[in-house]
Amino acid sequence: MKRTVFGGRLLPWLLLAPQLLITMVFFLWPAGQAVRQSFLREDAFGLSTNFVGLANYRALFRSEEYLNSLQVTVVFSIAVAVLSMGLSLLLAVAADRVVRTARVYTTLLVWPYAVAPAVAGIMWWFIFNPTIGILPYLLNGVGYDWNHSLRPSDAMILVVVAASWKQISYNFLFFLAGLQAIPASLREAAAIDGAGPFKRFWTITFPLLAPTTFFLLVVNIVYTMFDTFGIIHATTEGGPNQATNILIYKVYEDGFLELDLGSSAAQSVILMALVITMTMIQFRWIERRVEY
Amino acid sequence: MVEHRPFLNVLTHVVLILGVAVVTFPVYLALIASTHPSTAFSSGVIPLLPGNQAGANYAAMMGQGISSSGAPPLGLMMTNSLIMALVIALGKIAISITSAFAIVYFRFPFRQLAFWIIFITLMLPVEVRIVPTFEVVADLGMLNSYAGLTVPLIASATATFLFRQVFLTIPDELMEAARIDGAGPMKFFRDILIPLSRTNMAALFVILFIYGWNQYLWPLLVTTDARYYTVVAGIKRMADVADAVPQWNYVMTAVVLAMLPPVLVVIAMQRLFVKGLIEAEK
Repeated sequence: MKRTVFGGRLLPWLLLAPQLLITMVFFLWPAGQAVRQSFLREDAFGLSTNFVGLANYRALFRSEEYLNSLQVTVVFSIAVAVLSMGLSLLLAVAADRVVRTARVYTTLLVWPYAVAPAVAGIMWWFIFNPTIGILPYLLNGVGYDWNHSLRPSDAMILVVVAASWKQISYNFLFFLAGLQAIPASLREAAAIDGAGPFKRFWTITFPLLAPTTFFLLVVNIVYTMFDTFGIIHATTEGGPNQATNILIYKVYEDGFLELDLGSSAAQSVILMALVITMTMIQFRWIERRVEY
Repeated sequence: MVEHRPFLNVLTHVVLILGVAVVTFPVYLALIASTHPSTAFSSGVIPLLPGNQAGANYAAMMGQGISSSGAPPLGLMMTNSLIMALVIALGKIAISITSAFAIVYFRFPFRQLAFWIIFITLMLPVEVRIVPTFEVVADLGMLNSYAGLTVPLIASATATFLFRQVFLTIPDELMEAARIDGAGPMKFFRDILIPLSRTNMAALFVILFIYGWNQYLWPLLVTTDARYYTVVAGIKRMADVADAVPQWNYVMTAVVLAMLPPVLVVIAMQRLFVKGLIEAEK
């Protein structure tokens, strides 16, 4: 809070006008429309609309496809969070150990942040291409016939790898910052008491990293739920047999391809509730971190 | 560091080198693929060593694109992406810094409400409410235009919070001194606040430029006219064809060109990038 402020009633509103206008027209209005449409049912030609109450929501939670999509999203999020955070933590611990060359390694590890999810997806799609890809060729050598356009588990592995690859740099930077914030004296004291490097990691470093880990967990879940549309759309398109149809892809598919507006709107509302929950958790965490 | 353990030191470097190798691997293959003729991808396994068609592939993609997949020349698509990224990044910074200035340095009715309205945008990503947002843009006649590509994405709670944070740390004395010297609000804003937040603006610009360049779903929906295609959204159209007709050399050329500008920005401005990334999460 500022002690002194400028006078004037009109000027602050003029300064806020562009942001508020865009927010209302392109954020709040569409969000309101989504809520409204989620209670309506429109026929495929848009000729008539009826108020149907919660029918769209009830239909969703009875639809096997939607429940499957929910489950796929949970599996996808957890797999990406575990894989990407695990690798990043390992790399961050290593980079924290090498004092002199840490900067070089950091430069070499952070740039994938700048690669678009769709572009990352296409690159892994190419690597995993069943006919000419390098990984299916190697897998064939050990007797595994890779085919992500037929086998659901292969498709899931493909999108998990692409999504994790892109997220490594982000997790790495935050883990490294977290590690560097831990006072060296703690680890030195433990070393004097005879604790080896692995014991030190599990009893000192890892518990002290807990706030960073929790923060990254939330960020990674938000990322896999809402920012990986490009990966899915550019590669598997939700297939084969719905195996990679995550919630965010399904909203698009039902809204734009199936033109089922009521259902798509209800899905939008559910997703908004999810984002709001995640954001609240994130903010709570930031408040607590200050005391930590 | 704490004690001398030669084995662990070697292991540390091995882990890091393997990590760098894994991270670089897909991009290496894309680069290699972009230097071969299309015949290299009809059978067998993808090439692992450079070919000699790099010049031809890049010239073809920049100048002509792939007409069979409805892809215009990449030169055009990259220009569109550049316009989109710059307008989004600069637009977000401009409207956020003025909003933060209003919220921090003025007292007016409904100030809290304005703050909350901006805050809510954080919770409503475009992907989540995609159909109604598309309808609004269509109703406003903004499909197939640069305005349609950029304006709906310009509001930014994150940037507003960041500038609010910065302004709150600026000592009150500066403003009092400016007022005694007779400076009005806009002069104070221009001559004191903007210069003081220059580093934050630069750090934010790096993050927002990447955000704008990498937009995918939105350009895919609002552009049906090839003149407005952006490069990241355009790649999908080419890749669809590559599965049937082996054109992987062209697709990978496009992949390399699509990631080159944002990757160069990160590498060239690493310090600002890290600063922006960490600040944006606060």
